Amino acid sequence: MNEILLKLLLAAICGGVLCVIAQLLIDLTKLTPARILVLYVSLGVLIYAVGLYEPLYDIFGVGMSLPLIGFGANIGRGVKEAVDSTGALGILTGGIGASAGGITLALVLGLLASLIFKPRSKRM
Amino acid sequence: MKRIVKLNSPISIISHAAVGGGEERRGPLGDKFDFCDITDRFGMDTFETAEGEMGRIALNTALGKAKLSHKDLELLVAGDLQNQCVGTSLGLNSFGIPFLGVYGACSTCTESLLILSSVMENSPDMTYGAAVTTSHNSAAERQFRTPIEYGGQRAPSAQWTSTAAGAFILGRDEGKPSVTEFMVGKMVDGGTADGSNMGGAMSFAAADTILSYFDESGESPSDFDYIVTGDLGKVGSDILKEILARELPGCERFHLDCGLLLYDSERQDIHSGASGCGTSASVLASHLLPLMETGQINRILLLSTGALMSPSSLLQGQNITGIAPLIRIENKGYKKKNTTVNRK
Amino acid sequence: MDNLEKKRLIDKHSPKTKLFKNSALAFLFGGLICALGEGVFLVLTGIGAEEKTAGVLVTLIFIFAASALTGFGIFDRIAKHAGAGTLVPVTGFSNAVTSQAMDSSSEGVILGVGAKIFTVAGPVILFGISSGVLYGLIYFFAGLIF
Repeated sequence: MNEILLKLLLAAICGGVLCVIAQLLIDLTKLTPARILVLYVSLGVLIYAVGLYEPLYDIFGVGMSLPLIGFGANIGRGVKEAVDSTGALGILTGGIGASAGGITLALVLGLLASLIFKPRSKRM
Repeated sequence: MKRIVKLNSPISIISHAAVGGGEERRGPLGDKFDFCDITDRFGMDTFETAEGEMGRIALNTALGKAKLSHKDLELLVAGDLQNQCVGTSLGLNSFGIPFLGVYGACSTCTESLLILSSVMENSPDMTYGAAVTTSHNSAAERQFRTPIEYGGQRAPSAQWTSTAAGAFILGRDEGKPSVTEFMVGKMVDGGTADGSNMGGAMSFAAADTILSYFDESGESPSDFDYIVTGDLGKVGSDILKEILARELPGCERFHLDCGLLLYDSERQDIHSGASGCGTSASVLASHLLPLMETGQINRILLLSTGALMSPSSLLQGQNITGIAPLIRIENKGYKKKNTTVNRK
Repeated sequence: MDNLEKKRLIDKHSPKTKLFKNSALAFLFGGLICALGEGVFLVLTGIGAEEKTAGVLVTLIFIFAASALTGFGIFDRIAKHAGAGTLVPVTGFSNAVTSQAMDSSSEGVILGVGAKIFTVAGPVILFGISSGVLYGLIYFFAGLIF
């Protein structure tokens, strides 16, 4: 039981800290949310490339994989595995292949939502 | 160079109407609006057509109050915040009134009244004209910012584009509040490229016009009940007051901003205040003109303030340009200084 | 008045963002979402899912949840308070796609939804993939040399 609680706590701390860093970057610098997301995804690829992602994922679990850093790391892993198995072609096929699930689901749901729902006026 | 233009035969605002959305209904002026739709859709499929419909309702209501038909109108001067003024055309095209479109960002209300009264003064045969101004929060968000359902945070200095319309029928009834003077404002660099701080960017144009006006007219700010700006919000109003206090001490006490009147900062999450050209139009129609008609106030300067920028110019890092045209609205025969009004 | 003076006045009168409150809320929401995700992960692996599959499923579940909340008009009301707390997890990506798609439906399915669906999410996909290609190039050529 304690082990489960610890895992939840570690995931919460890691996810929380990643969000706070992004919030501070938005509030203190000129960086817009779009730039933050791009930064996080690219950072994810970098962290995977230098071999830091796997050990961090082992500790923090979903706290690492659910933030966009995990999305980037997934792309990194996809590229690496594709290059290992198919050579140079993997440079091009690995990235999208690894992130296909997330991107496809988001796009299809977006399309569905656009057919079902109408945007409502914002409230303050 | 003389910049104040006096109208020899004052053009009066014989009728007016204000229409708003849900947030406007919840605001302190909600009861005074002629019509509000809490869904902001006004029965239309898209927000663009909703904005047009809002303008149509406003013009029809103002016409009804004046017991006039749209066929009596010889000129329509109108504008909104959408590209190529479609917010206006989608609602008003069926009226068949000769039309001049105005795009002055949020300065549209004053600019329309200025153009219309000036044309009417120079056309003695012209009996009635109408000025309509609309803005729609959702249509503006879609065009200028992010999708409506996008989960973002607004900066504390950001303003809220009002879903509001104001329609005015102008004629020559001397018993009604009249446009007697106008002054065209200059384009003034807003000093910032921050789209979340339009009030600040527009405040310098407002200060420029107000100071030029009193410099040339030689009048005292105390000759007026209010010096009304369009949508400077909290940030812009504070900057304007600091400049006025420095350059023309005492003037700042007469300042009133429509952007701070439309919503209730206690109950509504307004950040710096309301913006959008419907703000000054609806506040003028629902609040200021009724005060003038009942003689509670008699003379105001109205400066609807506009921030000239586009999503492209902001992404290119170009500064916002502020504009603030001015019109003087007063009751006929009003001479003496009014001392009975409690100023905020 | 020169632009420096204008800048000074604007800075002086512009309210500052509530750093502590915003950060606390971002931590709270971001932490909550990730803890929830970890919980789902543990349940999935508990009922026999492979770790890798479970990891992907968690991401997909949150994409679905964020998209549905956007559709029902709830996401933006939460995000207004959560800030980066809902932006940084994959929920922010999903909201960006769905909200843009819903927004553009009034311009038609092809040139409205189809063309604009990537407006907000496009940069993430483009630079994610480009970073991956850059890494792939380095990894491939480093492999040839060493």
